[in-house]
Amino acid sequence: MGARAIWKANLVFGGVEVPVRMYSAVQDRTVHFRMLDAKRHEPVKQHMIDPDTGKVVEGEKIQRAFEGDEGQLVILEQAELEKVLPKPSREIEITRFLPDDAISHEWYDRPYYLGPDEEEARYFAVVQALRKRKVEGLARWVMRNKEYAGALRVEGGYLMLITLRHAGEVIPASALEAPSGRELDAREIAMARQLVESMEDRFDIAAWHDEYRERVRELVEAKAAGKVVKFPRAPRKKTELSLAEVLERSVAATRERKRA
Amino acid sequence: MPETEWDEGADEAPVTRAFWSGTITFGLVSIPVALYAANRPQGVRLRMVSPGGTPLQRRYFASKDDRELDADDIVRGYEVEKGKFVTVDDDELERLAPERTRDIDLRQFVKLDEVDPAYFERAYYLTPAGGSNKAYRLLAKVMEETGRAGIATFVLRAKEYLVAIIAENGILRAETLRFADELRTPADIGLPEPAQPPAAEVKRIDREIGKRLESGVRRNELVDHASERLLKLARQKLRAGKDVVQLDEDEESEHGPSTGTPVIDLMEILKQRMAGVGGDENEGATSDADDEDAPAATRSRPKPKSASGTRAKSKPKTKSASKSKAKPKAKSRAKPKSASRAKPRSRRAA
Repeated sequence: MGARAIWKANLVFGGVEVPVRMYSAVQDRTVHFRMLDAKRHEPVKQHMIDPDTGKVVEGEKIQRAFEGDEGQLVILEQAELEKVLPKPSREIEITRFLPDDAISHEWYDRPYYLGPDEEEARYFAVVQALRKRKVEGLARWVMRNKEYAGALRVEGGYLMLITLRHAGEVIPASALEAPSGRELDAREIAMARQLVESMEDRFDIAAWHDEYRERVRELVEAKAAGKVVKFPRAPRKKTELSLAEVLERSVAATRERKRA
Repeated sequence: MPETEWDEGADEAPVTRAFWSGTITFGLVSIPVALYAANRPQGVRLRMVSPGGTPLQRRYFASKDDRELDADDIVRGYEVEKGKFVTVDDDELERLAPERTRDIDLRQFVKLDEVDPAYFERAYYLTPAGGSNKAYRLLAKVMEETGRAGIATFVLRAKEYLVAIIAENGILRAETLRFADELRTPADIGLPEPAQPPAAEVKRIDREIGKRLESGVRRNELVDHASERLLKLARQKLRAGKDVVQLDEDEESEHGPSTGTPVIDLMEILKQRMAGVGGDENEGATSDADDEDAPAATRSRPKPKSASGTRAKSKPKTKSASKSKAKPKAKSRAKPKSASRAKPRSRRAA
């Protein structure tokens, strides 16, 4: 048990400095395949080829280029690329603090846990202070030559750092206008409300499984054990009807189900 | 040599058109909608070229004798133990795949605040499709008023996704959710038991927090400075004509220019769709199957990316437009060269 830290850093704001270890909160569960030579069942090698000469271009000779809008290629020298890289640092700087609902979820990208590195008391003091004030921190840091912005939050009693998408990567809902039309019928609103309520349940993420992924895993495991397997498809249903009546029937149907 | 993972093809939504269209169904109600990505990675994507400026092609070779391999010479293998593989073919994966449907199957309504945003993976806007937007508006209104989110499943490219449908300001959005076992808990990681910190320390930190309180996020705080610097450098050199090579059409990247599609363009399209303008019912008629062969203009994610074994069917492909279904990228060398290569390829110095 236990995960390896992917990075060590210092959480910094004002005179506060908290050494932390960063862990990915996301765990890759996909079934990974390799490309194999069909004849020998051995992993293949890949090379970058210059199509003009048909020859392999080795790693250190490969250049990076920027492609413009009209198919112009601008070659960027290694030295030029290094110059624009962000400065390496071990600091996660918290520039300021916001109410904990100020950063809209649409900016969230990937969650990471921060764990204490030695200074546990200080770490948990930050947790408590954030909690008490109901705020989150806005963080900036450079990790592996990339610049990140993040939201520092409390999750289950620990610090979580969620990377944020960069400006220009998100279409904010506030920039859009909702579909409009004739005013909605009060009766229909009431029925829709009933229907929503009748399908109300507690959310339990653990109740949902990636069934496809599970079946792929079963398949490879069965094949590894030399078995032949068959899986039945899940059945599907389909209905075609229209609004007001449909709402009514739906409410009735879900009520029926609940009673049963 | 890095491991050569099987790339199951782009999983990213084409940008400028709906990448999925279908019907939200719940109870007996059905609401026709189209899905558009709500976000778009904008990092600058650089290409690999030869010292002379020719875009390089990725090709595959047998590990022992350096035989060049074609699409048909490459199979998908799962490593059961070090160096031992079982192979899995497309048909097998296809049989495991959930049946394709056009339904976003709304299974339950839950309190919005019960859905932990840490599970959110990608966001898509739902726009009304088909004739009337009444049912769409009705659902959005009721969900928003009651503070409820809808939990639904839908199938895209052989994979079933779990989504939370959220209404905000009359607009429906689907957040794909990570499954419970894809998110670690502090216990999984092995974080230490929370300790009671000294009150003085909490107070000191609280004071520092108090000094830095502000209400909102300024957009410029989320700017990717490194990408901006790279972009500036590239544009300067382009203007100066320094180290610039003009590509033939067939050499242009399948992903389009290094900068991708500006988000502002997407915003325009979305505005129109919300208003019911443009895009008739066939628009975005990309079922989960069709968009594997979407035009290059739809710009799939740069490759190679980490292979995701859970996305079946589409083998690695070359140009998304080249109908190279079921052909690994190795095949791209078979692509005919444009006959009209007039320009000699030379790097111009400034």
